[in-house]
Amino acid sequence: MNLTVNGVAREVESPPLTPLLHVLREELGITGPKAGCLQGGCGACTVLVDGEPRRACLLPLAYAEGAEITTVEGLGTPERLAPIQQAFIHHYAAQCGFCTSGMLLAAQAYLARGGSDDPEEIQEALAGHVCRCTGYAKIIDAVAAAARGDSFDLTTTAVGKYTTVTTGGRA
Amino acid sequence: MAVATDEATEARAAEVLRPTSEEEAVAAFGDGADVLVVGGGTIVVPDLTARRLRPRRVLLLREAGLAGVRRDGSRVTIGAATSLQELVDLPAPLGPCAANIADLEIRSAATVGGNLCAGEGLEAPRGDLQGAFLALGAVVRSAGEGGIVEEPLEDFLPRRRRRLALDVSFEEPAAGAFAALDRPHTHDYTALAVSGARAADGTIRLAATGAGSYGVRLRSAEAIAGDPEAAGEAALRDVDPHDDALASAWYRRRVLPVLVRKVLAQLKEAA
Repeated sequence: MNLTVNGVAREVESPPLTPLLHVLREELGITGPKAGCLQGGCGACTVLVDGEPRRACLLPLAYAEGAEITTVEGLGTPERLAPIQQAFIHHYAAQCGFCTSGMLLAAQAYLARGGSDDPEEIQEALAGHVCRCTGYAKIIDAVAAAARGDSFDLTTTAVGKYTTVTTGGRA
Repeated sequence: MAVATDEATEARAAEVLRPTSEEEAVAAFGDGADVLVVGGGTIVVPDLTARRLRPRRVLLLREAGLAGVRRDGSRVTIGAATSLQELVDLPAPLGPCAANIADLEIRSAATVGGNLCAGEGLEAPRGDLQGAFLALGAVVRSAGEGGIVEEPLEDFLPRRRRRLALDVSFEEPAAGAFAALDRPHTHDYTALAVSGARAADGTIRLAATGAGSYGVRLRSAEAIAGDPEAAGEAALRDVDPHDDALASAWYRRRVLPVLVRKVLAQLKEAA
């Protein structure tokens, strides 16, 4: 079966009922999507399927045939982070990080459909995504900032100080 | 990860059917024996992954051309593979009921047919749309033993597990209403909900979900709908609530009359 993952055409051998999550993680070694609850209740596995956010743990491979899949690995690069990733760093929206890739992709889809910085709309867009660090306020702040088109100076953040992986800061 | 390996082995064992038309889907379903139907997958894929289900044959419904909302005058027909998200802007009770289910990602994958045919959940009620469609007096067209049958949803529900739902249709009501008891999580889970609709001829239908193993008409309440207080109490005669992770049967019995009153008030307001 064929699908495109982060812009790269892939041929996969997993059986058609295999959840897309397992195809990505086990067959293709793409581990950004996390295996959380495996029943659609946590959002850690969310990826974009033809631009739409979907729980990868609930999607049989057969339903992803021919689709364009985007995981967090395809959102930006360490040297060139997507604006939503910069916003997450700037607003300290990631703690343990387990929910982050799912949150980022749901947020990316929200921004792509013209989502505003209204906290209630952001909550609605991120509904079903669990952050067990309970860092929801900062996550919503980050999505709102990205929705406003804020620019971020990451040099003052922990990531900017101790690594060289950010844009908008010293790279 | 062990789960993936086991799941993959199991999935290899199942024959996967991918019909591309209604006719093919009906033929593939046959009499429904040994066939697991996957609509959007939101209910059954976790069961496959955890091997709670080990089907011999799996019917993937999404490519069978059964999706879409059609209007013919005042008659609305909704294909079984239509996503729940496609219903959220419809008038009450259907739109608000659909919008109250899970979250955007789940609603976009889950299908009307899957929701109508949902079996009992292990920990929480399923099949929220059953109540809205019951209130609308909906008719289900389904395939299985005896061929294609069209019957009221009320008759379909008890035998839904052996039928392949094809579409569901109803007359647009003069007014509709929906009220729910939600248990907040990162998305809300519906512990109990009441749907109501007033038909063009003035008939009021009420139905509940979360008050038994599947959606049920509240006939005792309908009969005295003009007296909301009494109707709310009467509704308790039509239900058999369970304890589950979302709410106790006791709590559901306390809240049901409140939801019935809310729905009747909404219907009155819409007059």
